[in-house]
Amino acid sequence: MADKKTLLDVKDLSIIYTSRNETIHAVNGIDFNLQKGETLGIVGETGAGKSTTAYSILRLLPERTAKVTSGSIMFDDMDLLKISDGLMQHGIRGERISIIFQDPMSALNPIMRIGDQIAEALKFHNKENLTKEELEKQVDETLQLVGIQKERKDDYPHQLSGGMKQRVMIAIALVCEPDLIIADEPTTALDVTIQAQVLAMIENLKERFGTSMILITHDLGIVAQMCDRVAIMYAGKIIETGTVKDIFSKEMRHPYTEGLFGSLPNLETKSSRLHPIDGLMPDPANLPTGCKFYPRCPHCMPICKENEPTNITSGTHIVACHLYDSEKEKR
Amino acid sequence: MYKYILKRLLSMIFIVIGVAFVVFTIMEITPGDPAIMMLGDNASAEDISAFNEKFGLGKPFVVRFGNYILKLFTKFDFGTSWLTSRPVLSTLLDRIPITLNIAVSSIAFASLIGVSLGVLSAVKQYSPLDYVARVTAMIMAAIPVFWLGMMLAILFSLKLHLLPASGIGSWKHYILPMLTLGIPYSARILRSTRSYMLEAIRQDYIRTAKAKGIPEKRIIWRHAFANACLPVINTIGVYVGSLLGGAVVTETVFGCNGLGSFIINSVKRKDIPAVTGGTVFLAIIFSLILLLVDLLHASIDPRIKARYSKGGKK
Repeated sequence: MADKKTLLDVKDLSIIYTSRNETIHAVNGIDFNLQKGETLGIVGETGAGKSTTAYSILRLLPERTAKVTSGSIMFDDMDLLKISDGLMQHGIRGERISIIFQDPMSALNPIMRIGDQIAEALKFHNKENLTKEELEKQVDETLQLVGIQKERKDDYPHQLSGGMKQRVMIAIALVCEPDLIIADEPTTALDVTIQAQVLAMIENLKERFGTSMILITHDLGIVAQMCDRVAIMYAGKIIETGTVKDIFSKEMRHPYTEGLFGSLPNLETKSSRLHPIDGLMPDPANLPTGCKFYPRCPHCMPICKENEPTNITSGTHIVACHLYDSEKEKR
Repeated sequence: MYKYILKRLLSMIFIVIGVAFVVFTIMEITPGDPAIMMLGDNASAEDISAFNEKFGLGKPFVVRFGNYILKLFTKFDFGTSWLTSRPVLSTLLDRIPITLNIAVSSIAFASLIGVSLGVLSAVKQYSPLDYVARVTAMIMAAIPVFWLGMMLAILFSLKLHLLPASGIGSWKHYILPMLTLGIPYSARILRSTRSYMLEAIRQDYIRTAKAKGIPEKRIIWRHAFANACLPVINTIGVYVGSLLGGAVVTETVFGCNGLGSFIINSVKRKDIPAVTGGTVFLAIIFSLILLLVDLLHASIDPRIKARYSKGGKK
């Protein structure tokens, strides 16, 4: 699948967090790639390793505790895990890859005007040596793009609502026109009406600039609305990937994905209750052998407890589950 | 904002009255007849009554206190010393430059060393530099001032003959008192700067700044320190207050007659106007410093400024 238009190619990425008495296996050998202009959704429950994966791309993981143990993150022929700190800071962060964080309430510096916080990103990636006035103009334009009046650039974060703060975060991410935007649950902290607005705006701006995007979420509804492809993560592994169509079609579904859909209310069938997945995610400090999902899996077989399932491919659709081993033989 | 400042200045009136009342009362209820303390045990009865007459000591407490406050606010009169018959204010004005020189220079020294090392220590957390800075700071904060003062005097005056050991005069005389007071305070400021910096560095907006790709130096100063300096300024402000009164030991060790030694000597001789005047004077300076700290806060943090302006409008 990796053709010449591949923008980001992550291979065999593993990340651990170490503390004094335990090692947490947050990400366990994941592979995914992203084409230019594409939106990839990464879905999974809290603690599945989604944000860890996202932060590792920009090397924003806590230096003392987090460690990438294997893998590569190729971005335009550069391995983002190997390039110098200087190049990372100057050439990648903000400039070519930017990130929108989960919680806009705490992600803005409380004692700096929002206009300055947007301009700051521009000022240090000022390729065209723009003058102060031109920078200022670009800040105004970016603010208008995200639907904030330019007069408000002298406001401080505490004078803005949550939705507006997230718009400012989006403006910061957009202002240098990056190739890739990582959106880490951008609407989780916002209320539902604002969520829709912010998502529509992200979608709109992405189209406009032709930016690629990694959208991290646990909301399948958002995935259906925004993404081209989806990767479903469970306990630090990608257990199913495919186009949105692949994931939403009922053929060859990972039991975990099945469970995710069972946790959504369905208007078409009459049912009085939801069917959430029983049990909890395994302790990442003490992962089970074999398939990580077997303790909660309704279709668990003896083999699941011993061997880790391999990827079974059907066109664009990849599932890692022993249930479909027979289909592999068929093909 | 101006309304807020005005309000604070007005509230100082009550602080002054309160401080004066407490000092007046304490001096009143502690044993010892001022006249005998001033004139000596062998003073004749006529002398004592003349003394009491001259300074109005025969009048009841409330009247004396009321008169003192009235004079203070209408004539800016801090009273007249019973011992020297000199206006307290003129003695204070003679001595305040000495104390201010020591206090300001040592707090400036302490802030410079404490803040810069504190920031460095936080940024390089768990590095050898951090360990050395923290252990040194712990030792320095625990050293008694009088001992440190004597050791510094022995080293720089007696052994190296670099600096004068006592008295006041040239700027050289201020170096040892500055170091004596400044070193323990720099250790304390280092410790609080380090912990506030560590807290700031962990905030989400630091991660945002990093993700923007701006240089690390700017992240440390413009984002982390700008936020961490608010509580640090607070700490320093309180230290300035305690320095003004607490310089007594240093003043004694280095034989410079500042405010602290003046108040202590006056207490010993039960010179009520001098003690009250000196204390009220210190209270005013301290209140002004706290006001300055709050205004600095408001100028840095827009949220605090908004709160003050709102309060002023009510």
